[in-house]
Amino acid sequence: MDATVTETGLAGSAKEINIRDVDLFYGDLHVLKNVNLDIRPGEFFAFLGPSGCGKTTLLRLIAGFNTARNGQVMIAGKDVLGTPPWKRDIGMVFQSYALWPHLTVRKNVAFGLEERRLPRAEIDRNVYAALDLVGLRHLADRRPAQLSGGQQQRVAVARTIAIEPKVLLLDEPLSNLDAKMRVQVRRELRDLQQRLHLTTIFVTHDQEEANTICDRIAVFNDGQIQQVGTPMDLYEKPTNLFVANFLGTANILNGKVGGSGAAKTFEVEGGGVVPIPEGVGVPANGKLVFRPQYATLGKAADGAAHLPGAIVHREFLGATVRYGVKIGSSEVLVDQPFHSGASLLETGTAADVGLQPASALWLAA
Amino acid sequence: MTYALSSPSQRVSSRPGQTAAVLVIALFLGVFLIVPAGTVIYAAFTEKGTGTFTFVNFFDFFGTDLFVRSFWNSVYVSGMSVIWATVLALPLAVLTTRFEFRGAIVIQTLGFVPLIMPPFVGAVAMQLLFGRNGTVNLLLNDWCGFKLPFMDGPNGVIFVQSLHYFPFILINLSTSLRNIDRAMEEAAQNLGASGFRLFRRIVFPLAMPGYLAGASLVFVKVFDDLATPLLLNVKDMLAPQAYLRVTSVGLTDPMGYVISVILIAVSIFAMWVSAITMRGKDYSTVQRGGGGLSRRQLGTGESVVAYGVVMLILLLVLSPHIGLLLLSLATVWSFSPLPDAFTVAHYGRVFGESSLYIKNTLIYASLAGLIDVVVGGAIAYLVLRTRIVGRRWLDWAATSALAIPGVVLGIGYLRTFYGVTLPDGTPLATLWVMVVLALAIRRLPYALRACYAALQQISESLEEAAENLGATKLRTVRRIVLPLMMGGLLAGFVTSFSTAAVELSATLMLIQSNSDAPIAYGLYVFMQSPAGRGPGAALGVIAVVMVALCTLLSHYLIERRQKANGMAK
Repeated sequence: MDATVTETGLAGSAKEINIRDVDLFYGDLHVLKNVNLDIRPGEFFAFLGPSGCGKTTLLRLIAGFNTARNGQVMIAGKDVLGTPPWKRDIGMVFQSYALWPHLTVRKNVAFGLEERRLPRAEIDRNVYAALDLVGLRHLADRRPAQLSGGQQQRVAVARTIAIEPKVLLLDEPLSNLDAKMRVQVRRELRDLQQRLHLTTIFVTHDQEEANTICDRIAVFNDGQIQQVGTPMDLYEKPTNLFVANFLGTANILNGKVGGSGAAKTFEVEGGGVVPIPEGVGVPANGKLVFRPQYATLGKAADGAAHLPGAIVHREFLGATVRYGVKIGSSEVLVDQPFHSGASLLETGTAADVGLQPASALWLAA
Repeated sequence: MTYALSSPSQRVSSRPGQTAAVLVIALFLGVFLIVPAGTVIYAAFTEKGTGTFTFVNFFDFFGTDLFVRSFWNSVYVSGMSVIWATVLALPLAVLTTRFEFRGAIVIQTLGFVPLIMPPFVGAVAMQLLFGRNGTVNLLLNDWCGFKLPFMDGPNGVIFVQSLHYFPFILINLSTSLRNIDRAMEEAAQNLGASGFRLFRRIVFPLAMPGYLAGASLVFVKVFDDLATPLLLNVKDMLAPQAYLRVTSVGLTDPMGYVISVILIAVSIFAMWVSAITMRGKDYSTVQRGGGGLSRRQLGTGESVVAYGVVMLILLLVLSPHIGLLLLSLATVWSFSPLPDAFTVAHYGRVFGESSLYIKNTLIYASLAGLIDVVVGGAIAYLVLRTRIVGRRWLDWAATSALAIPGVVLGIGYLRTFYGVTLPDGTPLATLWVMVVLALAIRRLPYALRACYAALQQISESLEEAAENLGATKLRTVRRIVLPLMMGGLLAGFVTSFSTAAVELSATLMLIQSNSDAPIAYGLYVFMQSPAGRGPGAALGVIAVVMVALCTLLSHYLIERRQKANGMAK
């Protein structure tokens, strides 16, 4: 792998990105609120969050299309906020791809190199190296309008990596592709990133995309970074309700802390008491959080807490059966593995939700 | 097989009405566009008197020094007008679309103003401001000791025409610039382009279709314009030559027809060139997720320069209007920078006579506008919503009017309808209705585009829903399509109305008596004599105000309607 990259000459040394105390306003609207973030060299990093959370705003700040009121964006230790976009050497792949319709694929890819006034021979070499990397050399003389969505996307990537950027920014690059292409292209992107060893930021609102290809994820909401971590960390140890909800499905139950001394308990609204394991802190206004697959229905294992409820709906998902269980005024989801011949519970029947305290979390908003 | 045959038959119920519409429109276009234009072409290629096919008229044309010179003069004047119009339009378009620029709306609005005054009216005022002994040259001579030949010969025509027609470039270019996806520009910046290189390599090429559309329109308009060169006494250009041949030598002289054919050929050529350069360059507008181009803040120094340039251009652009206003209020204005004294007497004199002109103009222009939206709307519906045979032909025929200069259409009408007489012996060609029809034909292509745009915005599912609920095609059109298209139809009407109100070239050929004359004709008559210039200017001011008021009023009505329908942008 490394050999091919050296041949193409497109691999540089990976740069780190440090974002310090960034505040950004659109008029009076506080869009980014004291954002701090460290992205390691060579990392495939995701900005994940719902629309309007500020993830694209931060990406565009890094590229130079937004201005921060204060703070720093350091690339390889140098603050770039005072540098205009065209001098930053940061490659960005746009959501719409932004391929120039009046130029051929070759001309599109050559553009950045021509702006850098490279000799013709070097431009040609890099253009073909970049097109080879995405497997599109044979389409060099087409116009963007003559390409499929997936091909356009690859041209956009080729155009960006041709300039050997310090870092690569991908703004929802898969959102204009159909479901099948998405899976394929995200693998290609991951492959490419690994081969080039290029620090890459990937903006998406799709947790599956972020989970499958990124090393680490920053979850955004309301202009703030909620949590940074590996996909597994975020799933297993979310630090607040937003993250728990945004990555995967989470059951959330209200209640209050009871008991005394070391033996604290959580009294769930609607009935049931969950012992709080030793050393686990419950934040103020903390709620009980657990994943559907960590709960059981009916006969529970030893040490599990019992939450009395009634089954209100049932969905067959293939490998699992998902039950909706009403506990007090809340509803939780419980996934049970499906075996052929297993008897399913009927809606309307009473059922206890069994929960191991060790797989429960207590989180605040 | 039976199954395959059954589907077209479902639409049979709607056929008779559609067929009737196609026939009526075809008849209208045939009689008032195809036949007159065909007659002109036929006359150019036949021997005078005998009617045998010949090229001899064209050999005569190219063998006559005056005509060859006129041809090249017309090419030169049109080309230079495009260049100067570009010089005027480019800064305004770029500044208002790409920068945070206060007063962008004012500029875009003022940019329209020249279009609502016939260029030849401005020409007179421009003589007084920029002529050999006009305001500017008198001041230049006093201060610097030299004069500049702004208005001498072809220069004057170029100057007046570029001031008058630059809005075509401004409007088309601005629209193109606004429709460029912001990401297109950002991607270029991201890859290292900035400033003028960014503009030259990405922004301008992407706006090229709009620019070319505007530029070819300016070229054709200037090439075809008759009254401005005549009024500036530049007679060795093609359109004036055609007019002079027909009016002085007579309808039987083949040279008028040969010139007409050459005018048509040049129009078609210019449009063809712009079409082939634009082929495959329909850079469809803003893509998903992108806004228009981002607007940049101007620095202080840049602001000073930018506002200076804009002010200068606006002053130039409005100078015909300013000059006209001064002239209309002047007692005597000759060999002095400003009029000697002011008076309102011209208005008094003109009010009596002009009420007839105003009445005629309103009738002609609104009838022409009405015909245009009815015919244009019908063609748009037939093309976009039915599969009836011949619908494309109607579209092409109506659009081909773009290539027929007003003077040619006028000559064609004279040739075709002069022989046809009413029972009382008056030739058909001299009826005022002919002026209305000529105006309608001339404006039809523009109204047709407006109708297409309006209909394309309506989702077909809205009509299908109506049919699904039991409405016939005709009732669907009446209850769903027409109400939703109304805004677009009104827009088409306004364009037709306000441009027809100031059109002269076809009118000049067709008007026989002063009592049938619209304002543009009256203006031309007044402006012919030095004594008539004061009252003429007063009439011009009235015309500008009238057209502006009508246009504003209809804009207001359209917007109110769009808002009421929740269709405002």
